[in-house]
Amino acid sequence: MAKRVAIVGTGQTFHKSHRPDVNGQELINEAVVAALADAGLKMKDIDAVIIGNMDHFEGINYVDCWSVDGSGALMKPIIKITTGGTTGCTIAIGGYHMVASGAFDKVLVIGWEKNSESDTSGAITTAFDPVWDRLVFAGAISGLAAEAQAYMARYGATDRDGARVSVRDRKHALNNPHAQLRKEVALEEVLASPMLADPIHLLDVCPRTDGACAVIMASEDSAEKICKTPDWIWGTGNRHSYAYLGDADYGRLTSMKRTASEIFKKAGIKEPRKQINVIELYQPYSFAGIIWIEDMGIVEPGKGAEFIWSGATDMGGELPVNPSGGVISCNPIGATGLIRCAEAAMQVMGRAEGRQVPDVNFAVSTGFGGCWWTDMILHGKKKPN
Amino acid sequence: MDRAAIIGIGMTKIEARKVDMTFADMAFEAVRGALADAGMSIDDIDNVITTSNDFWDGRTISCMAVGDASGASDKNVSCVEGDGTFGAFYGLARTLSGSYGTTLVTGHSKGSQSVSSLITNAAFDPIYNRTLGADMITACALQANAYMARTGATAEQLARVSVKNHGNALLNPNAHLGMKLTVKDVLDSEMISDPLHRLDCSPVSDGCCAIIIADEKRAKKAKKQPVWIKGVGMCADAYFLGDRDLSRSESLVKAAKSAYAMAGISSPEKTIDIAEVYDAFSYQELMWLEGLGLCADGEAGAKLEKGEFDIAGSLPVNPSGGLLGGHAVIAAGLYRIAEVVRQVRGEAGKYQAKKADTGLAHGVNGLAGQSHCVWILGKDR
Repeated sequence: MAKRVAIVGTGQTFHKSHRPDVNGQELINEAVVAALADAGLKMKDIDAVIIGNMDHFEGINYVDCWSVDGSGALMKPIIKITTGGTTGCTIAIGGYHMVASGAFDKVLVIGWEKNSESDTSGAITTAFDPVWDRLVFAGAISGLAAEAQAYMARYGATDRDGARVSVRDRKHALNNPHAQLRKEVALEEVLASPMLADPIHLLDVCPRTDGACAVIMASEDSAEKICKTPDWIWGTGNRHSYAYLGDADYGRLTSMKRTASEIFKKAGIKEPRKQINVIELYQPYSFAGIIWIEDMGIVEPGKGAEFIWSGATDMGGELPVNPSGGVISCNPIGATGLIRCAEAAMQVMGRAEGRQVPDVNFAVSTGFGGCWWTDMILHGKKKPN
Repeated sequence: MDRAAIIGIGMTKIEARKVDMTFADMAFEAVRGALADAGMSIDDIDNVITTSNDFWDGRTISCMAVGDASGASDKNVSCVEGDGTFGAFYGLARTLSGSYGTTLVTGHSKGSQSVSSLITNAAFDPIYNRTLGADMITACALQANAYMARTGATAEQLARVSVKNHGNALLNPNAHLGMKLTVKDVLDSEMISDPLHRLDCSPVSDGCCAIIIADEKRAKKAKKQPVWIKGVGMCADAYFLGDRDLSRSESLVKAAKSAYAMAGISSPEKTIDIAEVYDAFSYQELMWLEGLGLCADGEAGAKLEKGEFDIAGSLPVNPSGGLLGGHAVIAAGLYRIAEVVRQVRGEAGKYQAKKADTGLAHGVNGLAGQSHCVWILGKDR
């Protein structure tokens, strides 16, 4: 019989734009040691390890094998799962299935990236088809700008709406000691920052970061012995349906819509806006904070901006989004999705300290990447049925 | 753990250079083959795992190149980077987690578009080892020397592995490099990295393999007799070559032990009827057979010379021709699983072993066999 699975510990490095004080294995180890301490476990208690990053950022092949001195996987099973920007959420989903299958009781999941060693846009560009798409693809920001333009044209949103999201996440980051960028900005500052790709200003987008995150998952046989309030995984899912840039419906994130409706249906979530208490959204730029919560089913299409302006997604609001400061404040790419998962877990476990949202029964964490792909996890305080 | 089975396999022919096919074309052919084999349509597939490597594919997020051709559109999907046996391990876990009744697993590589030495050089530590210029072949040559020095295995015995597997490949229509060779041919071939001659090394080939894993309920509805997954195990050794006793494979011993334990096998040398092992280099077949406990430490060479690992022998090893017969890098282990399925079903044609009720498939990640994955497959539930 399949087992129920919970997160029983999380750990993050202190994220910075450049961590010359550590090599990759040491960076990974920093997160692993923190997660083990959080769970009160030792490496000998871990049955298997899952690791993920994007090869071409650090230029290291067979990262699962290379990482064992830092990950602690020496003489243990280790497997690498990687799907681009979605990697961090994808590996968390991997950890869930490994434990749920009964193959392993306790699994350590690690996402990491040392972006300071990379040419990020150069590497991302090679994701696309060498004949049809690569020559016209100018990195992640241009694709996102196309989405924002399409959405603005369709629903009449403005660049002020996007900037409001950026103001929110950058303010939230002040409460998170692990965030890379911790500086409050005013709306006018966002609009006055350099234009990167219309309508995206510098302060609308994420940085690139050196950092790692580790999450420990355990089966129902041991989860409650390790942790008084574990974070139960209620559902996981994803859609990676597109491979070519021209496939997407720009202005709508179809993968989010398909994934969220599948997970919510399975979990019996009928009114996500009321039933979900906090969202850690993989939101690489501000406009996604408007568009993608519509696709998630939180508000109707075209109503995202109004919801944001009402303050509903701010700390203290009806449904806080990105209490951690989100991706705009910190983005070690292979770890970014797993940080969302860890932050959502901390909210459910009541361990989010200065960024804790009160009374979290359900939380959602997501991953974004590839060619308009979404991964998603539903977290809950109650043990699933 | 619940039970699961393999109910469909599809393989492209392994070739030196599939100039007419993209990654997606190869995946499409293998997936269509697996679906036809299982008597299923893509609608019967609940989720998909692709297996690829960004370095070998020269493409970041390399899974993007094969997702749609693998039928993953609007399905749950993930990607394992590593040998296909590891991708299949995750596919098995997703089947047993209760989330999905069927999982399609694919693995592909186009060695013809790759520079093996540069790609495997990138697996070495960038600070200490990479600048030495080492690659997979030189790392494995160190290991071959260490193994030969400790066990007394001879260059002739290594060559005999090559003769056997290239000969078996002649019987396998999917193989890339079937050849009728003598031990002298192997020993006379160019020395690539002492003690490995050209014919001790596998080629770097193009190919894609797909398998379909099903839970017990769905397996019972399959078109053909399901091949049951009886045991799986994986384990990683130390990273730096200097931290390991290269002449032994401790991680393989441990991976095999957990697979045998899951399968309830106490004496593998008696229970396993056939084995498809990861013979990227000739010495590896001998070394892995010992690590797998299929013969005593240091005795594989002598048993090989007696013909025990021939198709007609007591333990046929790599009847398909193995990696020496065709090595589509990331797909190599998945081909091993598919070939064992063929043997257990009795569908292996000219290279069919007489008895193949229980078979072993094996895959490797990393340099000189750092990380291993072992599969036990069988006819009986």
